[in-house]
Amino acid sequence: MSFGPNPWQQTSWDARAAGNFIGGGAGSGLLVFSAVSGAQGSLRAVLIALALGLVALGLLCVLAELGRPWRSMNVIFNPRTSWMSREAALAPLLLGSGALALFGVAAAVPLAAFLALGFLYCQARIVQAAKGIPAWRDLLTVPLLIVTGLTEGAGLFWLIAPSWGQRTLALWLAFGVLLVLRFVLGVLWFRRLARSLQPRPLQAVNRAGHALNAGSLLPLVIVLGVLATPLTPGWSAALQALAGAVAVLGGAAFKFMLITRAGFNQGFALPHLPVRGVRR
Amino acid sequence: MTRWAMVADLRRCVGCQTCTASCRHANATPPGVQWRRVIDMEFGEYPDVQRAFVPVGCQHCTDPPCLTVCPTTATKQRADGIVTIDYDLCIGCAYCAVACPYQARYKAPRATFAYGKATAPETARHDEASIAVATKCTFCVDRIDSGLAQGLVPGVDPEATPACVNACISQALAFGDADDPASNVSRLLASHQHFRMHEELGTGPGFHYLWDVADDDAGVEKVS
Repeated sequence: MSFGPNPWQQTSWDARAAGNFIGGGAGSGLLVFSAVSGAQGSLRAVLIALALGLVALGLLCVLAELGRPWRSMNVIFNPRTSWMSREAALAPLLLGSGALALFGVAAAVPLAAFLALGFLYCQARIVQAAKGIPAWRDLLTVPLLIVTGLTEGAGLFWLIAPSWGQRTLALWLAFGVLLVLRFVLGVLWFRRLARSLQPRPLQAVNRAGHALNAGSLLPLVIVLGVLATPLTPGWSAALQALAGAVAVLGGAAFKFMLITRAGFNQGFALPHLPVRGVRR
Repeated sequence: MTRWAMVADLRRCVGCQTCTASCRHANATPPGVQWRRVIDMEFGEYPDVQRAFVPVGCQHCTDPPCLTVCPTTATKQRADGIVTIDYDLCIGCAYCAVACPYQARYKAPRATFAYGKATAPETARHDEASIAVATKCTFCVDRIDSGLAQGLVPGVDPEATPACVNACISQALAFGDADDPASNVSRLLASHQHFRMHEELGTGPGFHYLWDVADDDAGVEKVS
């Protein structure tokens, strides 16, 4: 038995912290998907520029959250145990290799994608290491956030690439697989939390889950629809861009809500009540 | 080895918040920042209702989650178990605040004072280094160190004991070396049933809550 007041939403991290996970996740995912797609020329430049911009924007968001931003270099002092230090140490390497890729160094593309995967992994581990928040510290949070980032990256790719005439079937199928994976992981994650969370936190997690589900299932319907229906190239491109946009928005909304709405602590719990007088 | 620990007797605490006030006085924390809080909990439904007053704060864990997540190494752990924060290293990312399962960490974004404008004592004791960084209970580490240097015993001699323990009107709070079997906290733990908050997380809190006498002492309360 456990007694205690109800958990409440953490207030230490707000939209600025969420911005880091949104920008960093989507940007990293886009770098990975761009490398996998083998995009060339101006399309590659646009995709990489957008990806780096998102990662940088996320880092700026977190800089805005710092109480002492002028000491921000101290963030790399503890790579031995802190995933935030590891993320910060990877960031300049990621941005540097991405910049090389942007300026046409082909060998830098896979390197940037590899570092982006590492960056994404660090971000997921940052959230999961927050032991004070039950919804974050669940083991499935890590794969869920990684797949969410990759799906957002794929979504951004499909938002942009069709305008360049880039519509490879394999990449469309990969987008579909990521959407399915994100949906399944989201459902499993929620089921695990449903067993342990109290009603209010669970309700908040459920709302975040709605955003994730909508952002996964709606684009999935479009993916299947485009595959199954003979459409004109114009309609296909429009639907692919729409699916990409919904997948990105769903992932961003999920992360925003996870950090700022579903970040309930576990309150204070007493396994025993004080015995005053006779035992009850 | 020494392992400083605190004991709160939930049967004795009356929720007067004197510990909270003394902590704020001793550490000059700004409004809203309470390193030692007392949570007022109510359980059950009328007519079977119970109430408990639970002192909380930094638990100075053996394996503190705040320590491992801190990206700057500002959070440190001394050999005697006390978890400290180096204000000059901290960047105020608040990662430790979300990692702490005990909601023990605060970040005051700007200097605030009880009556808006700083009073003379507030001005004298204001520490700009503690603004916009993580802060928390230190077990009054300066009092402990100063007391030890004078040959005093923390938990026994008031000059070497955390302010909250000194101030407690009902002796609900006790402080001492948990590794010393003869210390007051060791004797209290031996003679009572006790628990630690959120023990399942494996943090190893250094804050123990007494809730009843030991089974073999039931009905014969020991006065320590």
